[in-house]
Amino acid sequence: MNTHVSLILKLIAVIAIACVPLSGESFYVELVAKMLLMAIFAMSLDLLVGFTGLVSFGHAAYFGIAAYSVALFSANFGQMSLWVLLPAAILLSALAALVIGFFAIRTKGIYFIMVTLAFAQMAYFVFHDTPVGGGSDGMFLDARPSTAIGSWVPFDLDNELHMFYFALAMMLLVYAFLQRVLQSPFGRVLMGIKSNEHRMQSLGYYTFGYKLAAFSLAGGLGGVAGFLYAVLFGYVTPELLSWHESGNVLLMVILGGMGSLVGAVMGAFVFEAMREFFADITKYWQLLMGSVIVALVLFMPGGLTAIPGRIKRALQGGAAK
Amino acid sequence: MDFASFLIQTLNSLQYGLLLFLVASGLTLVFGIMGIINLAHGSFYMIGAYIAFVLTSATGSLMLAIALGIPLALAIGAFLEWALFSHLYKRDHLEQVLLTFGLILIFEQLRSILIGDDVHGVAIPAFLDMSIQLTEVMSYPVYRLAISAVCIVLAIALYYVIQRTRLGMMIRAGNDDRTMVEALGININMMYRVVFALGVALAALAGMLAAPISSVYPNMGSSVLIISFVVVVIGGIGSVWGALVAALIVGFADTFGKVLLPEISGMIVYLVMAVVLLWRPEGILKKA
Amino acid sequence: MKNTTSLFRKAVVGAALTVSASAFSLAQAADTVKVGLMLPYTGTFAALGNAITNGFKLYVEENGGELAGRKVEYVVVDDESNPARATEVARRLVTRDKVDVLVGTVHSGVALAAARVAASTKTLMIVPNAGANDLTGTLCSPYVFRSSFSAWQPSYAMGEELARRGLKNVVTLAWNYSFGTESVAGFTEGFTQGGGTIVKDMSLPFPNVEFQPFLTEIASLKPDAVFVFFAGAGAAKFVSDYAAAGLNTSIPLFGPGFLSEDAVAMGGAGEGLQTTLHYAEGLDTERDNAFRTAYAAAYSAQPDVYAVQGYDAAQMYHAGLQAASGDPSRKEDIIQGIQSATIDSPRGSFTLSRAHNPVQNIYLREIKDGKNVIVGVVSESLEDPARGCSM
Repeated sequence: MNTHVSLILKLIAVIAIACVPLSGESFYVELVAKMLLMAIFAMSLDLLVGFTGLVSFGHAAYFGIAAYSVALFSANFGQMSLWVLLPAAILLSALAALVIGFFAIRTKGIYFIMVTLAFAQMAYFVFHDTPVGGGSDGMFLDARPSTAIGSWVPFDLDNELHMFYFALAMMLLVYAFLQRVLQSPFGRVLMGIKSNEHRMQSLGYYTFGYKLAAFSLAGGLGGVAGFLYAVLFGYVTPELLSWHESGNVLLMVILGGMGSLVGAVMGAFVFEAMREFFADITKYWQLLMGSVIVALVLFMPGGLTAIPGRIKRALQGGAAK
Repeated sequence: MDFASFLIQTLNSLQYGLLLFLVASGLTLVFGIMGIINLAHGSFYMIGAYIAFVLTSATGSLMLAIALGIPLALAIGAFLEWALFSHLYKRDHLEQVLLTFGLILIFEQLRSILIGDDVHGVAIPAFLDMSIQLTEVMSYPVYRLAISAVCIVLAIALYYVIQRTRLGMMIRAGNDDRTMVEALGININMMYRVVFALGVALAALAGMLAAPISSVYPNMGSSVLIISFVVVVIGGIGSVWGALVAALIVGFADTFGKVLLPEISGMIVYLVMAVVLLWRPEGILKKA
Repeated sequence: MKNTTSLFRKAVVGAALTVSASAFSLAQAADTVKVGLMLPYTGTFAALGNAITNGFKLYVEENGGELAGRKVEYVVVDDESNPARATEVARRLVTRDKVDVLVGTVHSGVALAAARVAASTKTLMIVPNAGANDLTGTLCSPYVFRSSFSAWQPSYAMGEELARRGLKNVVTLAWNYSFGTESVAGFTEGFTQGGGTIVKDMSLPFPNVEFQPFLTEIASLKPDAVFVFFAGAGAAKFVSDYAAAGLNTSIPLFGPGFLSEDAVAMGGAGEGLQTTLHYAEGLDTERDNAFRTAYAAAYSAQPDVYAVQGYDAAQMYHAGLQAASGDPSRKEDIIQGIQSATIDSPRGSFTLSRAHNPVQNIYLREIKDGKNVIVGVVSESLEDPARGCSM
């Protein structure tokens, strides 16, 4: 696609999203805010799955660890500053990813999938079975973080609109950041590892280190999403770390088309919208959701972002006749 | 813990471990030979348990239900392989994860629509419905011992099939080198269908056997799935013997963990897994 | 039962994302009342969600589909018993569908999250099952009522009862989530006040059902009795396992009534099991018989305690709405109305405590021929202490 056209389309999309609060319906404002944070979550996973070739099936762990750090810090220290809490949450989830990655990246393929899953389950059980975070009942957040810098309060997270635009800003920030990372030499090595790790190794790259760095980075960015979730909903539960959530975010990445940040964002939006829509029309919504997933895998390899290309090919094929 | 309790806990560990082996063996076969990551494996366990419930209610005998249920499970497995999984061999693991993730949702909802969401008990066959007195207050259900016996027999049968039969030879060859098997003129598609059906049947059989002691209920496959994953990872993907050893390790760790370290009992098996991975990233017995 | 207008609205907003929804603001018909049913319709608790729904609708149907002269319109949503989605689902009912009353739910964690939403948005909520003490304790709110029970109630009554029987040493075992730990705490309070001792307090993660190691431990401790908290599938399995281990003949087993709700699934293993609850089969009162007949006729199934709780949730809202002359927006009057009402429940009449929890009889029941039959009342008009509630 022409880069100008694509840029204009992206701008239109951002403007459309920014206009959602005009509807005046707090339900939709909150829903789209959730879509935005899920988009961050999906992009962070796409860095691993789509660009580095590491299929992590335990990404919800980092989302959940960041969400729990918000709840735990707030429970112990009262209302905290956003400027302390956000970096702390990111750091903790990145650290967890570093430790888990150290074990997981020693394995490959199916093993990697299962090992990431199993470690995520372990994190799930830490919050589920031990009194650390209120057990299976979860924890409530009593106050959203304050944004004050000295006596200056730039915005107020208790305000629905401010919260919404904060989520939007974070999404754009993460998008821009990942865009830069992928264009950097570091990003090129990751893509090189995805296409042929042996070649990268023989070129002298220490691929384990690169993969581990990507894994931690993805964990930290997933933590951004988890942070936003905890602040938005004010409630964290072990279910945030469950393998169903890890499956859902993988689904978002695939739905949009791996290896495309815009695809990940689209996947998150479409997935959340689908879930809302199906749950609204039938109580057998899981059957619909499952069928859509199966059909997607069988008939739509490449996801949503591959559709324009496929239509183009189909049209060209038709014209050739 | 007194000595008698220790012995009984050992028995509990063995029984739990052997049942886990039965579920995990099917998973590891499908993983190892076909390279398919199957999240719906827990659903097959659930389906087996519900088959046992429905057929036992209809025929009045669990034995008959299992006799009818095994061919049914094989047929379901062969059908799914033909309709869905055969399209996935050349695809990415990721798409297998997704497809089977979708299948879980479908199976759970179908179960809800067809059978409902109630908890159901399944009667133990009369000739096994008794207990052996072990201590003055504790006795041990014969049915649990019978399950262990069946699991041991199946483990031996699997060993025989894989080591001694033509199918086993093909499986071992396929496990090692797909192109080699094709070069030998073996119909690999047929072999895959058989292996997949076998995997489904093993999970379903575990569900059928467990139904009387676990009762049947919604989402029963979910917890079994994750623990089976751990067993397969510890044992080494594709290794049936690894799965046996790993299942027993998990059985012991879980049982004794509950009594001795109740605070962290949920995590113990995962800690064991972490240690094993540090020591041997490919599992204890990668490809025996 | 689906709200097609809101569906349409959603589609419009979803597609354009910029459409001003106020343009589509539906003129809420003056003579309807909107009931949001936020209950589990999939997963482990689906059967409970359906029974509550049936009970609620039965009462409304008995009143000609109306409550206090208002036609009842339902907005039904599956909460999946998933705490991770609880806040979202509750907010959807409140802020998008603008329900007049939120009825939900079964899972305590989900109910706690939903109650926070209800309290902060000043939406009336009736909890038709979840037993977490906090709902009518530390989190109590003028807007939150409960038609069921607190975890403390049946367990405390059981503790008193066992102490009265002269039992000395008891082992407790429960899932370590709030419902389980609160039940054990309630039992311990009642039992130790009466002079009993808890020999060992054991727990396992919810919803783990591999009980064999604990049974072995119980056998080696040889207490006078065992008190457990399990519900649903786990309860049926525990009772069966307990009998299969031969413990039922030497060490009697007790628990709150959820232990024996699936009496049929246990086969013969549950015979003679005694539990405490705020409802029992065979009460043989005119009220209960009429309810049971009507329920059986409407759904060709026998009602259980969950159906009663759903039925009473409708009765409670009815009482409130009547006090407000059928105007769902007069919340203060509705709250007053429910608070001062005596609910003519199939379980026996009850009133509501200052924290909005039923003040009710706790029955001792025993399983006979696969049915929970009443033995007697162990605690009359038992009121939850509502600890932490400043209302």
